[in-house]
Amino acid sequence: MNLYPFVMEILQVLILLAIGPVFVGWVRVLKCWAQGRSSAGLLQPYRDLRKLFSKDVVLAENASWIFRFTPYLVFGTAVLAGGIIPILSTDLPLAATADVIVLVALFAIARFFTALAGMDIGTAFGGMGASREMTVASLAEPAMLMAIFTMSLASRSTSLSYMAQLVMSGQSVLRPSIVFALLAFILITLAETGRIPVDNPATHLELTMIHEAMILEYSGRHLALIEWASMMKLFLFTALGIAVFAPWGIASSADLVAVAAALLFMLLKLGVAGVVLVLIETGLAKMRLFRLTEFLGSAFLLATLGMLSYFILE
Amino acid sequence: MNPGPIDLASISVIILLCAPLLVSLLSRSQRLLIYSGFALTAAASLLAVFAGAWTVWSGETQKLIMLIGLPDLPFHLRLDPLAGFFLVVIGLLSFFVSVYSIGYVKGFLGKRSVTSLAIFYCLFLAGMYMVVLSDDALIFLISWEVMAAASYFLVMFEDERIENRRAAFLYMVVAHVGAIAILLSFGVLAGLATGFGSFSGYTFDAMRSAHFPTEWATVAFLLSFFGFAAKAGVVPLHVWLPEAHPVAPSNVSALMSGVMLKTAIYGIIRVTFDLIRVFPWWWGAIVLVFGLVSAVMGVLYALMQHDLKRLLAYHSVENIGIILIGIGLAMIFTAFKLPLLAALALTAGIYHTLNHAMFKGLLFMGAGAVLHATHERNMEEMGGLIHLMPWTAALFLIGCISISALPPFNGFVSEWLTFQAFLLSPSLPSPLLKLLIPMGAALLALTGALAAACFVKAFGVTFLGHWRGHHRPNVREADWPMRIGMIMAAAACLFLGILPTLAIGWMDAVPQQLIGTSIGTSAGAFGWMWLTPVAYQRASYSGPIVFFGILGIVIAAYLLLHVRPGAIQRVPIWDCGFEKIDQRMQYNATSFAMPIRRIFGFLFNVKERVRTSQQTVHKAFPKKLYYSLHVRDRFWGWLYKPVIAASFWGSRKVGRLQQGRIQAYLIYSFVTIIVLLVFLR
Repeated sequence: MNLYPFVMEILQVLILLAIGPVFVGWVRVLKCWAQGRSSAGLLQPYRDLRKLFSKDVVLAENASWIFRFTPYLVFGTAVLAGGIIPILSTDLPLAATADVIVLVALFAIARFFTALAGMDIGTAFGGMGASREMTVASLAEPAMLMAIFTMSLASRSTSLSYMAQLVMSGQSVLRPSIVFALLAFILITLAETGRIPVDNPATHLELTMIHEAMILEYSGRHLALIEWASMMKLFLFTALGIAVFAPWGIASSADLVAVAAALLFMLLKLGVAGVVLVLIETGLAKMRLFRLTEFLGSAFLLATLGMLSYFILE
Repeated sequence: MNPGPIDLASISVIILLCAPLLVSLLSRSQRLLIYSGFALTAAASLLAVFAGAWTVWSGETQKLIMLIGLPDLPFHLRLDPLAGFFLVVIGLLSFFVSVYSIGYVKGFLGKRSVTSLAIFYCLFLAGMYMVVLSDDALIFLISWEVMAAASYFLVMFEDERIENRRAAFLYMVVAHVGAIAILLSFGVLAGLATGFGSFSGYTFDAMRSAHFPTEWATVAFLLSFFGFAAKAGVVPLHVWLPEAHPVAPSNVSALMSGVMLKTAIYGIIRVTFDLIRVFPWWWGAIVLVFGLVSAVMGVLYALMQHDLKRLLAYHSVENIGIILIGIGLAMIFTAFKLPLLAALALTAGIYHTLNHAMFKGLLFMGAGAVLHATHERNMEEMGGLIHLMPWTAALFLIGCISISALPPFNGFVSEWLTFQAFLLSPSLPSPLLKLLIPMGAALLALTGALAAACFVKAFGVTFLGHWRGHHRPNVREADWPMRIGMIMAAAACLFLGILPTLAIGWMDAVPQQLIGTSIGTSAGAFGWMWLTPVAYQRASYSGPIVFFGILGIVIAAYLLLHVRPGAIQRVPIWDCGFEKIDQRMQYNATSFAMPIRRIFGFLFNVKERVRTSQQTVHKAFPKKLYYSLHVRDRFWGWLYKPVIAASFWGSRKVGRLQQGRIQAYLIYSFVTIIVLLVFLR
């Protein structure tokens, strides 16, 4: 039996677990530089996680099993998604488990439970976060689907491995539809991963929180799992974007050199993605909640334009 | 002769038609009536499921001619894979609900007699099975009316309340307007099949073998679509649904919403794919557009509700929309001679039909359990029930996840298949359709995401947090028959979610019968674990891996983190350090939906009023705040009010004829006879 795909699978999950926090650390370091502050270093997220894992859990009196189950589920979906997205290699045994639509739905189930956990304690903040998160998600989802649709037109597939392989084989060069879809995807990623201008991951100001409001009551290992999962989510969305729009370098053959090169390419692309993210986040201010309709509406419009340009120009 | 599935199905119907006799004999001992009556319907339902599953499995068609009815017009029955599939859908949920009813109906003991409930329950089920089995227009319409009338009396069950009587009347009116359209449609088809001179065209067989001119076929299709849409609750004919479903007893709401609406879906499929067979693509476009509008409007209206059962009723509108999307796409693909894609879209549609029956039945049963325990339908008064009703909460949650189209449960699979059908639409030859149909996919995505938001609200407000009401009732968990009914439905949701290949392989005979192609072989080409609807390069999904993968990681993480015993300390709520939090400060159903109400407000008729009391130091510190919010269906004002006003106006005018004097009436009769003699010699 060929062990290579299984080794790759395990390697990918390990990389996800390890690099997720470093990527967030990288973004924070860049942000500090951009804003003229001194940073806490690349490894600060690790220290945060270690601190949280070593603490005891403090749980609200009326927390139900949903509140305690959610962190594990959120963590589980993120890890499973890491086994499906081609991060290092397109030859994964789990790749066929899910296409892009299933992947989006996997993130949706994590969000569903996080929102329920927000409502579980019965605080005003929890409910507020849940309500806003679900609103943002419902606006982001159609735009996400249109972007996927545009990309699947060229590859005739929604399976990530096939989409990546097709782009790598050079059959689809830079085309207008891809540019539009990429722009839409970036806007959606900002919304889905809770970055500025949609949500501010660093805030604990009451009225601007979305994601933080839902997880306010978490502590100890529960909070650690949720934080870790949200770091992985940022990494995964970036990896998803890379796999769909710029997969060059991802290994498609069972070859040690190719895998090493894939790892190198991945780090390089992540570095660039971090710079782009920081430029966006530093350049923009957080939007009012009801301006988000325009923001996500333009994402939808861009994706639709991409589809139209595919039919008209290509 | 060996007994075939159709004999089993007939026995099931006969049992259900005879059960009312037994029930009325037992009306003196109500408790025995409940046990024996609902056990009997459960048994009959199982028989129907068995007959249906057998038919779909073997792919064979059986017929039966009953020499009763009008002279020379015998009743025809037929059990083909399509009918068998719907028999399974109806029978399966009826079985679960019958078990559930044993517990639920006991709640009425000592309050009112349940004899009429049990009688009409049996007739209602019998009517639904007969609709599916009938093979001529006559018995179809008779069964259709039995079903409608029985469900009317079920909605009327608690008839001392004015809202029940109002809802039942509205339901009756819409059902009959629909039935007239269906009757006319069959009239057109029967007339064209054999000419208007003979009666033999009333059988479906005669219609199948006929060739219809396009314009008349269009008339027949539009009439029947209108009629079935009225029954299915397609926007804008949906207004009866959120009135009638909430006021009916919950076991009946589960059946009405879960399976009665599906008989209309059955009707649409039967008339278009089986009786008319050849149709232009724009029929499919009509179905698709109405499906999309229903899906989006249904879920948006659902979000605005704070009555749990009303919310679920609006979700039926949404899900009927999703089913129609699948069927509409199948019709478009069929018209363009793309049978494989049509089979995919049709499979998506009927799979969602089955799934919706399971999860909506489950959700209504859960809502019934909550109603049974709290005597409350208003979510704003509930909260924290997960601590008091752990079983109901967990089962209701499974229903919520399924209906929100989240993996690994069943609602996701059928919506995913619908998406795949959408993604294949670029292979259509028409450029306009290529551009427009993907927009439908975006609307479907919007629907799915809004449904998730709505069920976070429904579950969160009902079961989580603290009790919101002023006085706290003595809440008890549902009893075992109710729990077992819900557990079975939940298990079906999970099974259909993680093993879709088996289900699709089984229901393969339906697209095979109607379109001539099926996706069973390609969908299950890589074994039971992988669902690959067209080809594995195109898209694939593995329910078992998603389910067991997440479960495995969750268990592993849990065990790893519990190696070192860590104490859990229970403390009061922190809430960012705010003090004096009370349960009235929680988010409730209205506040949860506020952002969405504001974004999509133009679609509703929203009347929001805030008033502050005057006696204050400063206007920034009012003593009391009065807030009122009314969200109404715009269609009521646009479509129904004018019709109601016009019919009242018309009846007032006609009422003038009514003099109350015998002389006047004799003159009317005389004039009528003269006119008839002159014109119709």
